[in-house]
Amino acid sequence: MPTKFQRWKERITATDIVMWFIGFALLVFIILGSILTLRAGRYTPVQWFDFVIYGLAQGSIYALVAMGYTLVYGVLRMINFAHSEVFMSGPFTAYYVAAYFYRSSLLESHPVICLIIVFIVSMTISTLIAFLLERIAYRPLRNAPRLIPLITAIGASFTLMYLFRGLYGTGFQAYPVWEIFSGKWALFKGLEIGKIQVFVIFAAALVMVALYLFIQRTRIGKAVRSVSEDKEAASLMGVDIDKTISVTFIIGGAAAGAAGVLYALVFKQVFFMMGFIPGIKAFTAAVLGGIGNIPGAMLGGLLLGLLESIGPALFLDGFNIAAPYQLKDAIAFLVLVLVLIFRPTGLLGERLAVKKA
Amino acid sequence: MEQIRAIWRYGIKVGIIGGIVLILTALIGMIEVFTQRQIIADVVSMGHALYLAAGLFICYLAAERTTPAKPLWIISNSMFAGLTTAFFLVLLIILGRHVNLRLMFINASDLLLNNLLTFGVQGNDGLRLLLIAGMGVGLFTGLFYLLPKFLRTVILWSLAGSAFAGVLQELIRPILANNFPDVISEWLLTSDGLTLKGALSIFIFIALIVISWSIKGGGIRQGWQGLPKKQQSTWRTIGTIILLAVILIAPWRLGLFMSEVMTIVGLYVLLGLGLNIVVGYAGLLDLGYVAFFAIGAYVTALITSPEIMNLNWSFWSAIPFAIFFGILAGVLLGVPVLKMRGDYLAIATMGFGEIIRLLVLSDALRPFLGGSQGIGQIAKPQVLGFVFKGPQEIYYLIVAGCMLVIFVSWRLKDSRIGRAWKAMREDEDVAQAMGINLVSNKLLAFGTGAGFAALSGVIFGSKIGSIYPHSFNIMVSINIVCLIIFGGIGSIPGVIVGAAALIGLPELLREFAEYRFLVYGIALVVMMLIRPEGLWPEEAHKRELHEDKTNEATG
Repeated sequence: MPTKFQRWKERITATDIVMWFIGFALLVFIILGSILTLRAGRYTPVQWFDFVIYGLAQGSIYALVAMGYTLVYGVLRMINFAHSEVFMSGPFTAYYVAAYFYRSSLLESHPVICLIIVFIVSMTISTLIAFLLERIAYRPLRNAPRLIPLITAIGASFTLMYLFRGLYGTGFQAYPVWEIFSGKWALFKGLEIGKIQVFVIFAAALVMVALYLFIQRTRIGKAVRSVSEDKEAASLMGVDIDKTISVTFIIGGAAAGAAGVLYALVFKQVFFMMGFIPGIKAFTAAVLGGIGNIPGAMLGGLLLGLLESIGPALFLDGFNIAAPYQLKDAIAFLVLVLVLIFRPTGLLGERLAVKKA
Repeated sequence: MEQIRAIWRYGIKVGIIGGIVLILTALIGMIEVFTQRQIIADVVSMGHALYLAAGLFICYLAAERTTPAKPLWIISNSMFAGLTTAFFLVLLIILGRHVNLRLMFINASDLLLNNLLTFGVQGNDGLRLLLIAGMGVGLFTGLFYLLPKFLRTVILWSLAGSAFAGVLQELIRPILANNFPDVISEWLLTSDGLTLKGALSIFIFIALIVISWSIKGGGIRQGWQGLPKKQQSTWRTIGTIILLAVILIAPWRLGLFMSEVMTIVGLYVLLGLGLNIVVGYAGLLDLGYVAFFAIGAYVTALITSPEIMNLNWSFWSAIPFAIFFGILAGVLLGVPVLKMRGDYLAIATMGFGEIIRLLVLSDALRPFLGGSQGIGQIAKPQVLGFVFKGPQEIYYLIVAGCMLVIFVSWRLKDSRIGRAWKAMREDEDVAQAMGINLVSNKLLAFGTGAGFAALSGVIFGSKIGSIYPHSFNIMVSINIVCLIIFGGIGSIPGVIVGAAALIGLPELLREFAEYRFLVYGIALVVMMLIRPEGLWPEEAHKRELHEDKTNEATG
């Protein structure tokens, strides 16, 4: 009768040991880095507070985009690589509306109405692109081998990116500034909070809650959930699969369009490749939270935003690394790889782990 | 009533889609840019050829979709498709007169809207001409569709051939100038395009070939199969030797520019063959492949350049180090992703690739890797005083590398390891149950692929002399994946065809450079939709994909 330990010892492979070693080394690195940074005391509490607020604002944008990845992965079991272009198309098109408002000084007289119109334009365009994407590129391939839709998605992503490059040009376009969002509110003890950050966090939260309620409470939302649970059974219960999948893309597109405007408001510029990095990060967020899991996407987005904003200062600065901020993206990618390696089901658990091929 | 419905369904709907596509094509500036190149001098420019070809294609689609296929219906549908398409363009032009479209669409120039789209006729006459032309194209296409199929094939091939010759005139010109008497070149080409008589003679030439092939082709194939095995292999050897000879003398007969293009294609063939082992043979989609290419190039740079480590070793001594580190990195990055499959693997490897690029780019590692300034003064390869410096010399190095890699992949393909990979690609669980060691086989695939990429990196680094992290971004990985898929996954000739089509063609067509990635994207999507097995597929893979389809159709 082998003991539990012996059985465990038999199951373990060389790969596992290597992985543990990597994990352990990283953990030591992170803890050591944090201790060194905190002891050096290079950052004041006010700065840490700023990091957190920036991180939350950034993270809530990621969370919105991550919704699109998660929803589509839920119903189709595919990574919609072109979602980052859905995210880009909306605000890039809405830029021209915003620029028109700015030129005609409507932006000054009616900022709120202009903002709402810009949001509506952006969300409409993103939704349209997402809908067409599914119809043209993905629907005919629904039963193809797994590699094929992935390649198609990469192709569609390129097509969209360079289509918009051709239409609107290669340059960076500076988004007009809404006066109501510039400046900061002073909190107690010298803490300040940027108005735009507050707006982004609240707007993103609003859209997320709306989408969550839509998915949880409405009939169409129920159909979406049932399709991601089991396509065949759902279709036997009278759910129109094609329509539901279209709806999923539309919801994801709308969220991405809203997120895109928020992103443009924070970074104040748009260009044709703006979707690429946020897209990958949003995907990371979706994986981090557990892909296919909607609250997971929200949690993952916020966490990733925080990690990215605090991470370079906290983990790397202690080692006196030159310009740790350049490694911000590397941290995000590292998080992605680590989650995929050590916990592919994500923090809140993948809803669809059973059917993963 | 029925006919009106058919016109709506097959004519106008196709026309609407076609109109939107054509508007987009015009607005991204493709037509205007392409007008600068003449296909037939002073008769047709590439832009107008594209414009007309798109119109013909739209009408052809409308004609093809028409059911029931009555001649009158076909013609009316095709005409309506053409008219609708033209109508959309007219709308665009009218809109362009009242609104300044350039505020939004930077390519919506006055020249495009009021001259190119209306064939040079301005004002309202131009609009009328455009509508008439739309109908004319529709009528022409409808009549063309009614021709017997054989005739259609001949005409399409010949038209495509002449257009291709016109587009690739820069490739044809040096070949003609260097190898044939001047008469031919003067007959076919002027300084900026084909001559009219040249285009006609190419048209007739190709038509003759197609006709004679369709009459005699079957007989030749039968004759070939009827030959005894031994004779077949003799002929094959002769063919291979001729091919080799052509490859070896090519750079000196084609000139500097073509040699440069061929070296670039060659580098991608090397990379593609390496990734083909990982993606095509073992079925592991690796999007971080560029990392190994970068490792090869950086190891070479560190060893041979006086800039950072100041070792100043020769190029040849860098090769084993680069390959060693490439394989090592392949295995090391392979270990953590052993358990992942499909999409997850793609994303994780892409993450690794980007992490490596960001690390190289960062200031933190600048003292060791040069940061964004890169590393310069990489040694050129030398043999007994002979320096490989220009593209024409480097070409031989690349050909040698390709030969080696082709040989290795060819031998690996049906070896024990190759079959293990294939089994893994089909179904990992079943492969494991059959006694295939997944860990070692996966790591072997990653290592071999990475070794090839590192070799390619060595040649690349020494070819361009100085390297920057920006040369190794994710687009390179995606390009390589695309060319493999495009050529036919798992197939060695497919990789070469894919590299020539996706890397070589855009290099030859400078106007194309702007739209290179757009065309890539569209080509990938269209390829996946209509021919997922690629241009030159591997037999087994093709069979599989079509088996799937027949199963679906019956089941």
